[in-house]
Amino acid sequence: MSKQINIALIGNPNTGKTSVFNALTGLNQKVGNYPGITVEKKEGICKLPRGVKAHIIDLPGTYSLNASSLDENVVIELLLNKNDKDFPDVAVVVSDVENLKRNLLLFTQIKDLEIPAILVINMADRMKYKGISLDIDFLEQELKTKIAVVSTRKKEGIDNLKHLISNYKDISTAPCLNASEIDKDYFDKLRKAFPNQLLYKLWLVITQDVNFGKTDRNEIEAIASFKTKSKSDLKRLQQKETIKRYQFINNTLKKGQTIDVSQAKDLRTKFDRILTHKVWGYLIFFLILLTIFQAIYDWSTVPMDFIDGVFANLSDWVKNTLPAGAFTNLLAEGIISGLGGIVIFIPQIAFLFLFIAILEESGYMSRVVFLMDRIMRRFGLSGKSIVPLISGTACAIPAIMATRNIESWKERLITILVTPFTTCSARLPVYLIIIALVIPEGRFLGLSYQALTLMLLYLLGFGTAVVSAYILNKILKIKSKTFFVVEMPNYKLPLFKNVALTVLEKTKSFVFGAGKIILAISIILWFLASYGPGEQFNNAENIVKTEFASQNLDQEELNQKIASHKLEHSFIGIAGHAIEPVIRPLGYDWKIGIAIVSSFAAREVFVGTLATIYSVGNDDEDTIKNRMAGEVNPILGGPLFNFASGISLLLFYAFAMQCMSTLAIVKKETNSWKWPILQLVIMTAIAYITALIAFQFLK
Amino acid sequence: MSQTLNTLKRGERAIIIDVSSEEIPLKLLEMGCLPGNSVELVQVAPFADPMYLNINGSHLAIRKETAIHIIIEKEII
Ligand SMILES: Nc1nc2c(ncn2[C@@H]2O[C@H](COP(=O)(O)OP(=O)(O)OP(=O)(O)O)[C@@H](O)[C@H]2O)c(=O)[nH]1
Ligand SMILES: [Mg+2]
Repeated sequence: MSKQINIALIGNPNTGKTSVFNALTGLNQKVGNYPGITVEKKEGICKLPRGVKAHIIDLPGTYSLNASSLDENVVIELLLNKNDKDFPDVAVVVSDVENLKRNLLLFTQIKDLEIPAILVINMADRMKYKGISLDIDFLEQELKTKIAVVSTRKKEGIDNLKHLISNYKDISTAPCLNASEIDKDYFDKLRKAFPNQLLYKLWLVITQDVNFGKTDRNEIEAIASFKTKSKSDLKRLQQKETIKRYQFINNTLKKGQTIDVSQAKDLRTKFDRILTHKVWGYLIFFLILLTIFQAIYDWSTVPMDFIDGVFANLSDWVKNTLPAGAFTNLLAEGIISGLGGIVIFIPQIAFLFLFIAILEESGYMSRVVFLMDRIMRRFGLSGKSIVPLISGTACAIPAIMATRNIESWKERLITILVTPFTTCSARLPVYLIIIALVIPEGRFLGLSYQALTLMLLYLLGFGTAVVSAYILNKILKIKSKTFFVVEMPNYKLPLFKNVALTVLEKTKSFVFGAGKIILAISIILWFLASYGPGEQFNNAENIVKTEFASQNLDQEELNQKIASHKLEHSFIGIAGHAIEPVIRPLGYDWKIGIAIVSSFAAREVFVGTLATIYSVGNDDEDTIKNRMAGEVNPILGGPLFNFASGISLLLFYAFAMQCMSTLAIVKKETNSWKWPILQLVIMTAIAYITALIAFQFLK
Repeated sequence: MSQTLNTLKRGERAIIIDVSSEEIPLKLLEMGCLPGNSVELVQVAPFADPMYLNINGSHLAIRKETAIHIIIEKEII
């Protein structure tokens, strides 16, 4: 068997690299009609004819080998580092048949690196629609390559592509044009100074500031210091190079491509006339948001009620089947209702993911970027920040990664810092249960108070993000050139399979991710709540009996008193009482305190934690919501979850930075602990202060 | 007569004459914003910023602050 071949999928953003990757590997990486969906390299295996295996990497899109944003660096670093284990034996350059001219620029650069390159012309299904026809033989000859005309939507041309890949040794590595002609003297000198290096690689190293981490450092430094030209001279040369490449491409396409304009249908113009209109555009955007919101709140009630019922039955069944005891309680009410507290939100989470997927797949996202850029800029953000802020309503982690295509470091950093304020799906369970407990039923202008409260919370999250961005923009002294260019892709009918897979994948990871944490936390909590140190816990029965000896309590009441005495003096009770002074001013008791502390692992465990604490030593069969409604405030009397403490909790969860994974990703994306720590401290401080003020005013 | 790109009206077409090199990022050139190419204004956001352009078949949006550095010659209809 021959060795495994390395293949890299390279191409402009949004040309369908990930779609080709999925077609070759059978995997389901995320695809979307917005430039910059893939921001990290992804790997997979593809079986080729004759038993050859190929190791395929999908890369972020890049317009050229001159990187100007972080996701583009990934590509250049890989292509310049021959020692990288992923260094490609063959580059598969994916292009979009409608944007061939622009896509070929990158192709000619890769050819200059003398890496065998196959050209994939993707989206072939659009050719007829746009009146495009190609002379493949001519193009193959001019571009010195093999071409695969592919449509991943129609699943056409994939076998041919596999065939070309397995015969990659036949592909010429000669460049298509001689770019060094732009300044002969200079390139001659360069060649003489470093005779065993590839000329084009030298040129790339000289012209940019990418960090070529793993390449031979000394040599790179020597090359980089070969600066016989000023920065602006170099830039002028780069421009000349680009113009030269385009000349070549224009000449090639003039002969190799014909576009019959009379055949072309243009839906884009019609849609854009409305969707990006000064007035209608904004109105439609607003209506879309409203619809999403309505769907999340209203359309999901039926499936939610169903799930609620199933879990209540399951918990009953466990109780009646297993022998009575603390462990059965843990299972029935701690774990099952804790998990139920997540599963019940599947319909809402799925709706949210569905809408985001449709927005991304249709090409609408770029229009929103266009519409919002000017407004966002006022606040120190970029129009592109709208994408993380919208997808942040699902989860902050992919949202923060999606900032990588923002060109200006300052705008990007601010976006990263404020994205966690947007109401992510993990906050939803907390919001919904608290709203159900403390916000009265009733309607205002046809919208229920409860739905309105939820909407206000979303607006609050978004508003805080934008205002903090404004403040950060004023404080942060970072000089970075602001520059903005966004591609406006064609509208596409969202592919059902892509959307369905995205929704399924994300919902699954939400449920399993949260489920694991909840399971772990409820078991730990159960132990901590079922055991305790010292006399008060171990001798609880006698202590309570003597204390209440004068009152004639029946056995039931006495048992309850004993159980609660035990809980108060269990490990968790002791810990809870220790933090109580800090959270009492916010209107919480120690049990809520524990739930808040465990929420720092992930917010969605709030409900599960309370379920577990309440279930210990308690046998009445009740839903978690009724339990919460029945809790009494130990100091003030009256229900623990009333309007004041409820609002205080909502505000706390709206602002607090309670997500380890988000902090980890911020550390990764900003490459420093400074920013995540700042986020943690400041957000939690805001949360504490607003919750304090709210409770003290409302109580 | 040559003008800057930000003076283009919606639906108008022009030819790019020059891009002042210092101010224009290379990326924009790579996306096709080069002398000799045609440009059409597809749509503008409020206050004509950003501008949604069709440059030589590529659809992209740029800010006004970038557009003022691109010199064009309008097509006479
Ligand atoms: N009509 C048509 N659309 C396609 C085809 N292949 C991919 N698409 C669509 O093109 C869009 C971009 O596809 P992706 O695979 O995400 O592109 P990418 O190159 O990985 O994009 P980035 O990761 O953002 O650089 C998606 O909306 C796909 O559904 C095709 O053959 N025909
Ligand atoms: Mg991709």
